[in-house]
Amino acid sequence: MFELLIFFLPASVLIIGALIVVFAKNPVHNAMGLVMTLISLAIIYITLNATFVAMVQMLVYAGAVMTLFLFVIMMIGVDKKEQTSDSIKGQTFLVSGVFLILMSLLGYVAVNSEFSWNLWFPAVDYVVEGTPQLIAGTLFTTWIFPFEIISILLIVATAAAIALAYDSKIRNKDA
Amino acid sequence: MLEVTTDWYLTLAAILFSIGFFGMMIRKNALIMFMCIELMLNAVNLTFIAASKHFGQIDGQIAVFFVLVVAAAEVVVGLAIIVSIFRKQSSASVDVLNVSRG
Repeated sequence: MFELLIFFLPASVLIIGALIVVFAKNPVHNAMGLVMTLISLAIIYITLNATFVAMVQMLVYAGAVMTLFLFVIMMIGVDKKEQTSDSIKGQTFLVSGVFLILMSLLGYVAVNSEFSWNLWFPAVDYVVEGTPQLIAGTLFTTWIFPFEIISILLIVATAAAIALAYDSKIRNKDA
Repeated sequence: MLEVTTDWYLTLAAILFSIGFFGMMIRKNALIMFMCIELMLNAVNLTFIAASKHFGQIDGQIAVFFVLVVAAAEVVVGLAIIVSIFRKQSSASVDVLNVSRG
């Protein structure tokens, strides 16, 4: 019973948060919905024995990325009216159709298999705890090359962000 | 007695991905579209973690780190582009953007 509760409580908060992200009109509300989603995902990660990933999720996503989002929302203003009419004819209708088809397919599969799908590979019976030691041990040996590549990507992204956000008019005025 | 298996997490991730896709398609504000991309990336992360537990291997959790870094880089560059577009057009709606020249 407790196991079910600990799945469905974060899962429902997750879905509600995702719906807030999609449907809220005020961008700050959207951002808060995203925070709801990310925090409940972190809780789900803890229940899946990925404790370190959960902590990183809280720090990087719910902390850094969301601060960036809120910063930009505050910068470009929250009271702008968003255009709600379709620019492509029947866009909302079409996408809703695709969404409903996806969901009904999922529901059909779930009901048809009585909510217990036979995955091709059975689950292992031991538990791997995602501790920092274990993650670092694999990350800095097997995955060291992707790790270096991703660090270059971060530096490039930082330089690109500075280059993009730097206004040339302001720069010329200062000079 | 129902038992929480990997399938449930995969289903949850599929629902989250679909919601993100839906939002990406219907919203016009570039910021909100970015948030919907984050939703989709997080859905993929959830499948990685669920698979990591299912197979008893740590590599899925390491893939999540890479997705996280790529998502952060994408948000940084994307938001910088939105800010610089907003300076010129004073709008963040994707419908008014029809030039790629700066």
